[in-house]
Amino acid sequence: MTDPLITGLVVFTLATFIGFEVINKIPPTLHTPLMSGSNAISGIAVVGALLVAGEKNWTLTVILGLIAVVLATINVVGGFLVTDRMLQMFKKKDVKA
Amino acid sequence: MNLSQFLPSGIELSYLLAAGLFIVGLKKLGSPASARQGNLIAAIGMLVAIVATLLNQGVLNYEMILIAIALGAAIGAVMAQRVEMTDMPQMVGLLNGFGGAASALVAVGEYWYYIQQVDRIPLSETVTIILSVLIGGITFTGSLLAFVKLQGLITGQPITFGLQQPFNISLLITFLVGSGLLIADPHNAEIFLGLIGISLVLGVLFVLPIGGADTPVVISLLNSFSGLAASAAGFVLSNNMLIISGALVGSSGIILTQIMCKAMNRSLPNVLFSAFGAAKTFADAAGEGTQDKTLHTIDTEEGAMMLGYARSVVIVPGYGMAVAQAQHAVRELADQLERLGVDVKYAIHPVAGRMPGHMNVLLAEANVPYPQLYDMDDINPEFDRVDVALVIGANDVVNPAARTNQSSPIYGMPILEVDKAHHTIVVKRGMNAGFSGVENELFYKDKTMMLFGSAKDVVAHLVTAVKELN
Repeated sequence: MTDPLITGLVVFTLATFIGFEVINKIPPTLHTPLMSGSNAISGIAVVGALLVAGEKNWTLTVILGLIAVVLATINVVGGFLVTDRMLQMFKKKDVKA
Repeated sequence: MNLSQFLPSGIELSYLLAAGLFIVGLKKLGSPASARQGNLIAAIGMLVAIVATLLNQGVLNYEMILIAIALGAAIGAVMAQRVEMTDMPQMVGLLNGFGGAASALVAVGEYWYYIQQVDRIPLSETVTIILSVLIGGITFTGSLLAFVKLQGLITGQPITFGLQQPFNISLLITFLVGSGLLIADPHNAEIFLGLIGISLVLGVLFVLPIGGADTPVVISLLNSFSGLAASAAGFVLSNNMLIISGALVGSSGIILTQIMCKAMNRSLPNVLFSAFGAAKTFADAAGEGTQDKTLHTIDTEEGAMMLGYARSVVIVPGYGMAVAQAQHAVRELADQLERLGVDVKYAIHPVAGRMPGHMNVLLAEANVPYPQLYDMDDINPEFDRVDVALVIGANDVVNPAARTNQSSPIYGMPILEVDKAHHTIVVKRGMNAGFSGVENELFYKDKTMMLFGSAKDVVAHLVTAVKELN
């Protein structure tokens, strides 16, 4: 087993703990925006996709990477925008009245 | 230090910054007041990560990449604008699927690069690529199927076939054997293609037997998977940014999955493998002598009187209300009641909608202020002081059998205890059973009044009738 793998496992485990700590405290009212927002964050795969699509040749790797860029960007942009749209609606008191 | 030396460290530091922004953003999502800002912070984190990646010296293919980003951004923006709030579970499902697919494609692309360019593929690389393809593939097809089910393109009922479990297990074993073979001979692309195929099929088989009422669990779980898929892709590329972000999303999805399972009093394996709500559970659950009991029905004028002269009213919305698009009428009713000095609250069961917190979003869209929304644990102790509980389009989540009847399939499920209120008014379309197919004895209690009709019409009539009270 190689070093980056071990580092990766350490990072993964610690980040999971942080995730549990941070998200456990989120009230049920916000669970849907939390889900769509975290969903957008999982679109971070776009970073991997960019790296894979980076070469300036038409190889299968690049083509797959570009498809991945499109899909991940839909995930990122769609996720953040729809979350914002939802959160706009959460109001304490009716403003228009 | 010149630029070419600084750039790689700069990119890594930007990733660190982005990961920090994600964590801060998620934390701020924890309160309605700061949630919008939190979402924005997370989005900025994403922008930082993307820009930093574009500066990577290996990334040269700018024209095509920018076209791909523009295309994805346009599609995503249109989807986010167009989607109805009732369709949010489908939307999240679909986005999960895209994320999962992207992660799997990253792994496939990386594999292709390796077999073309490298003579000896390291063991750790093969293993992480296999994992990434498995998780990403399952997330992709599983999410697409969940989308198709939720959208009503195929039946929402569990779909089962003979020998389903043995078939799934043998498929999984085949995958493991195939993985072993690929590890022994990493350049064998046929085996790799086979593994991709099996992953995609597994995703379908995983969601197929899960019924409509269980979708909150599935969507949460797939959300977690989409995060784990990103993490797996991070392992493939040895990219900590991907690993961290994926782990955050993975744990968030797991927490929501647990909450949903608890709200239905079922274990995760039970949700995934038991095909709950399938035809066989219907028959033995029904008919515990409910036929000879009588219903008390009232009309909307009587209902309006009960509500208007109450001191406190708790509205219990169920998915039936959302399907009937009655949220705005309900809010108007609440406004009218408040005008008469009635204290109005909403009681939200965790599985009231089709995904965690869905009902809260639907009510927020109808301009219901969020401080009026109460979680199950907060409102249940108050019900014995409540004059009228108004149940609109909810069934299983207010069924007292969950507390009393040990033979009921929903026994043990936490419910909103509306039967403890002084009176209960149930607005219901007809007398068919709820999603779980279980009879509801609440409807036959002496202090329960039934108001039959479509939620939208009934509530609209109630509004008119309450307006005439003074």
